[in-house]
Parts: sequence; C-alpha cells; structure tokens
Amino acid sequence: MAKTGVLIELGDGKVKETNFGVLTAARGASGDNEVCAFVMNADAEAIKSELSAYGASKIVNITSSGDLGASPDLQAASLAAAAKEYGLDALLGLFSATGRDIFARVAAIMDEPMISDCISVDIDGKTGVKSHFSGKTFATIKLDCGIMLATVRPNAIEPAEASVDAEVISFSPSVENNSTVKIIEVKKGGTEKLDLTEAPVIVTGGRAIKASENYKMLEECAALLGAAVGASRAAVDAGYAPHSMQVGQTGKTVSPKLYIACGVSGAVQHFAGMKTSKIIVGINTDKDAPIFAKCDYGIVGDIFEVVPALTEALR
Amino acid sequence: MKICVCIKHVPDTAANIKLAGEQGFEDSECKFVVNPYDEYGLEESVSLVEKNGGEVVVVTVGKEAATATIRSAMAMGAHRAILVKTEGQFLDSALTCKALKAAIEKDGTPDIIFTGKGSVDTEGFQTQYRLAAALGIPVVNEVSKLTVDGSKAVMERETGSGEREVVEMTLPGIIGATKGLNEPRYPKFPDIMKAKKKPIDVIPLSDLGIDEGAGKSVLVKLEATPERSGAKMLEGSVTEQVAQLVKILKEEEKVI
Ligand SMILES: Cc1cc2nc3c(=O)[nH]c(=O)nc-3n(C[C@H](O)[C@H](O)[C@H](O)COP(=O)(O)OP(=O)(O)OC[C@H]3O[C@@H](n4cnc5c(N)ncnc54)[C@H](O)[C@@H]3O)c2cc1C
Ligand SMILES: Nc1ncnc2c1ncn2[C@@H]1O[C@H](COP(=O)(O)O)[C@@H](O)[C@H]1O
Repeated sequence: MAKTGVLIELGDGKVKETNFGVLTAARGASGDNEVCAFVMNADAEAIKSELSAYGASKIVNITSSGDLGASPDLQAASLAAAAKEYGLDALLGLFSATGRDIFARVAAIMDEPMISDCISVDIDGKTGVKSHFSGKTFATIKLDCGIMLATVRPNAIEPAEASVDAEVISFSPSVENNSTVKIIEVKKGGTEKLDLTEAPVIVTGGRAIKASENYKMLEECAALLGAAVGASRAAVDAGYAPHSMQVGQTGKTVSPKLYIACGVSGAVQHFAGMKTSKIIVGINTDKDAPIFAKCDYGIVGDIFEVVPALTEALR
Repeated sequence: MKICVCIKHVPDTAANIKLAGEQGFEDSECKFVVNPYDEYGLEESVSLVEKNGGEVVVVTVGKEAATATIRSAMAMGAHRAILVKTEGQFLDSALTCKALKAAIEKDGTPDIIFTGKGSVDTEGFQTQYRLAAALGIPVVNEVSKLTVDGSKAVMERETGSGEREVVEMTLPGIIGATKGLNEPRYPKFPDIMKAKKKPIDVIPLSDLGIDEGAGKSVLVKLEATPERSGAKMLEGSVTEQVAQLVKILKEEEKVI
C-alpha cells in the first residue's frame, strides 16, 4: 500500500472534473493506496465530499502567509514541503497549464525525476506511459526515485468512484521564497468557455469552416454535447479562430471521450494533439481524406449540411 | 547583452519514426531539425541582440549529428555554439540539465537563457525548470509575449480558455518560448554560407564529469501508438448518417 498525494485544481472554487481521473490513478492498481488530496488556500470543507467520493481520505489545505496565488515558486516549495511532511511515495497532478508549471518546479526543488503528461501510471512499479515524438510512439518510463512525481493528461484516465471517510487538515509549511517570478495580472479571455484540455467532448473545425462566424454552427452543436470547440492550425493561421483553440502539436493536447473533426484533413501534427481521444469522428467531403484512415467513424459530406443535421438530431 | 539559447536536435515532427529494438528508433532515417519551440527562443534571442547588441550562443546536448542542426540555428543569426557531445539520443532531463549548466557556467553566465516550452521528441517539459534551480535563477515557461526592460522581463503566458497570465521576473533568468512569441525567420543563402564559418565548441559529456548512464528516468520501452484501423463509414442520406452516428455514440460507445 502506497501513500499518494494529488494536487487538486479548482476553478471558481469548484473541483475541476479532470481531477477525478487523477484521484482514480492515485488509488493504484490494487485500489488500496492511501490518497491525500492537496489544495491551496481553499475552502477544503466545501469540497470534502466530492474528493472523498473518489478515494481521498485526507484533504490537506496548504496555507501560507505569502501570496501563494502570485508565486508559482512558493506554491511548488509548499507542495514539496507537504510531500515530505506526509511521507508520500508518489505525488500526482494534472498536465494542465498550472500543473505542468508547478510540478516541474517541485521536481527541480526535490531533485527527483518526473514523468510529464502520462496516459497511465503504475505507482507500485514507479513507471508511467507517455507520448514521445508527438504522439507517434508511447514510451514507458521507469523512475529511480525517492518519490514518484508524475503529471497525468486530462481525461486520459477514466474516473471511478470509491467513497471513503475523509478528514480535513490544514498545513502551513515554513518555506523560504526569494523567487522574483511574480504573476502580476490574470487577463480573462473574454469568453468563459470550457477549456479545451478539460472538455469531455470536442467539436473541431478545420480550414473548411471558411470564416470565423461559421464557428457559431459548431458552437450550437457543441452546446448540446457539453463540448468545447477546437480548431486546426490551418483555421487558426487563416484567422478564423484564436490560437487558444488550436489542437495539435503546436496547440493543445486533448484527450476527450469524443472528438468530432469537421473539415479537418487529418495531418500528423493535428493527430499529435488528439490521438488519445477515446472516439474520433471525421466529417469530410473527400472520401480519401487521411482522417478517415485514422478515426473510428466517418461521414463523407459537407460540414455545412452534416453539422446542422447533427445538431438537429441531438435536440 | 549575452543570450544563451538551449536548442535540442529533434526528429522533424513530420518524420516517420521507425522503431528499432525495444527502446530505439532509426535516427539515421529521419530528418532532424531545431526543436520547433526552441526556434521561437532563438528568433527572440537574435532580434533582442539585433536591437541591443551582444551575442547569441547556442547550447546543445546531443550526438555529433546535432552539428547540422546547430548550423541551421547559426544561419538564423546565432553567433557561436557549444555542443556537449553524447553517445545516445535519449538522455534523462536531469543529466541534460547538468550538462547545460556545466557548459553555460564554463562559458560565463548570460543575461537571458532561452529554451523552448518543451521538446517534441521526449516531451519532458522540465529541463528549463531544472536548469533554473541548478543555476539559482528564476524561470517562466510557455511565454508567448515578452518585454525586456533593463533587468526586468515582463511576459505573458496562456493558461487555458484564452486566459493569460502577466508574469514578471528579474534577469538573469530563463524564458521558455512558445508559439505566438514571434515568427522565426527563414535564413537567406548568404546567412547559410556565413553560418558554415561560425565556431562550434565541442565538449564530450564525460569531460564535464557526467556519466551518460546515470539517469534516474529510464526508457524501458518505446512502441508505436496503436493506430485506428480505419473508420467505419456511415451510409445513407445525411439525416440517416447523422441518426446512425448519434445512436452509436449513445448506445454502443456510450460517450454522449
Ligand atoms: C511544425 C508544424 C506544427 C504544426 N502544428 C499543428 C497543430 O498544432 N495543429 C494542426 O491542426 N496542424 C498543425 N500543423 C499543420 C498541419 O500539418 C496541417 O497543415 C493542418 O492540420 C491542416 O489543417 P486542416 O485539416 O484544417 O486543413 P486542410 O489540410 O486544408 O484540410 C481541410 C479539409 O477539409 C475538407 N473540406 C473542405 N471543404 C469541406 C466541407 N465543406 N465539408 C467537409 N469537409 C471539407 C477537405 O477535403 C480537407 O480534407 C503543423 C505543421 C507543422 C509543420
Ligand atoms: N539535449 C538538449 N540540448 C539543448 N537543450 C535542451 C536539450 N533538451 C532539452 N533542452 C531545452 O529544454 C527545453 C525543454 O525540454 P524538455 O524538458 O525535454 O521538454 C527544450 O525546449 C530545450 O530548449
């Protein structure tokens, strides 16, 4: 039985859905690992039931006198201190913008090896499976470590509930922070849309979308699916969509349950970002488009006919 | 102003990766390039030096073959390079960091070190953070906008749903570049010719007292990603196809 910590990410005070897969992984193959969930300066009581439903028996609220939110180095130092305090065998988190920034700092502080963006982890074996070469290969990496550090690709591990009794603990590490890295402002994106990397379903529009206003058609369909809307690089480069919507090697890596690619040819660099999706659907006018060789279900047709019909069928 | 830019020699993302044995791939069979994210760091370095004066030094840890990649970075405007020479292509990132640190310290600590946000071959997403800790300087990664004002750098990073963080740090520091920072230039023919004469200092890894086999993250297995065998194509009119799809996604795949 191992002792595993998970850094929980909150959005507007709520636990992001993507944390549940990480908690599931933290319980280990046998399912009997002791799981500590770490939150920072949060209302831990308010999220206790959600976290314990996925197996967290300790919910540790890390508090600090300094401005935790403004300093990734202070967050990392505090988390590293907590990992020591609770004698963890492993510490997991999400491969999200926050997770990857904090975990790499933790790994550097603790001088431990780390595996980024795992699609599966084996805590007992201290191994993880991750993409190498932009999704073309899977690498199994084994760590020779004191504590196993790993980030997990959002949605890559299916969450499974396993309710336990949980206690809430407060931990105030005394850490020094003389880092000059300071977050001075957070600019909202204008839209409060679901982040692509967290979305359980994604509808993507490629170059075939032809104009930015045509993304409305995809948004209508996405709304019914609880989906986020993505774009190919060709669509981004043509100015139809902002870079924050780009899926692929130079954009975001996503792993939703369902990925619907509309008017996307299926280039390797696009696949690099969505290959580990559970189900991929391609819609393309060209029956020979490469996407059809690499997806699960295909529809040969014009997105301007197929997408509205799909939206209708979902209503 | 002295700027170091850490550049990894990686297979082109369009290259086919032919596996060889349990952990290897045929690296002689694919085209190698400057890691695409490092290229944004390189472009930024060169344009900063064009504005403020100084020099751009490329630092690479890799096989002898990386020389070609270094030359292409030089064609983009880097002045000289240090190649820490290894035998193998897979190197644990903590070892890479040790090598980068030793090479950079030996050369004299720069004002700014650029890296990419991550490498596209091993996708480690950590070397720059380790290097910062080892050198005792700050690091900000995934930077898509930068302003340097004396010894202060103000940066923007995208953090999801189009949200952006504005971050500042004091230099010397490490900046991990990503798309959006700039548009890397295409070298012109005279630049390519000039690059051939620029100096590359080659240092074997062992000369820095680093044992290539001492990595704590070990590649156990490299395998091709399971490919989908081709789509099940839906048939009939648009309405029929869509109805079939919805039924499959709901009842068979249970994803909606
Ligand atoms: C270093 C590098 C990094 C890259 N990174 C990325 C990345 O992160 N993400 C990314 O996506 N790409 C990336 N690319 C680009 C990639 O190679 C492709 O060029 C890009 O993915 C193509 O986008 P697309 O499929 O939208 O456009 P196209 O390839 O032009 O395909 C459009 C498709 O739409 C179909 N079509 C046209 N009209 C309709 C219609 N009315 N209805 C239905 N179908 C229609 C066409 O048959 C065609 O298949 C990268 C390339 C490089 C070199
Ligand atoms: N072998 C290397 N030589 C030079 N720079 C490297 C090397 N490996 C990694 N880097 C730098 O560190 C960044 C992050 O790499 P990684 O941790 O492998 O994702 C890269 O974008 C490079 O700038």
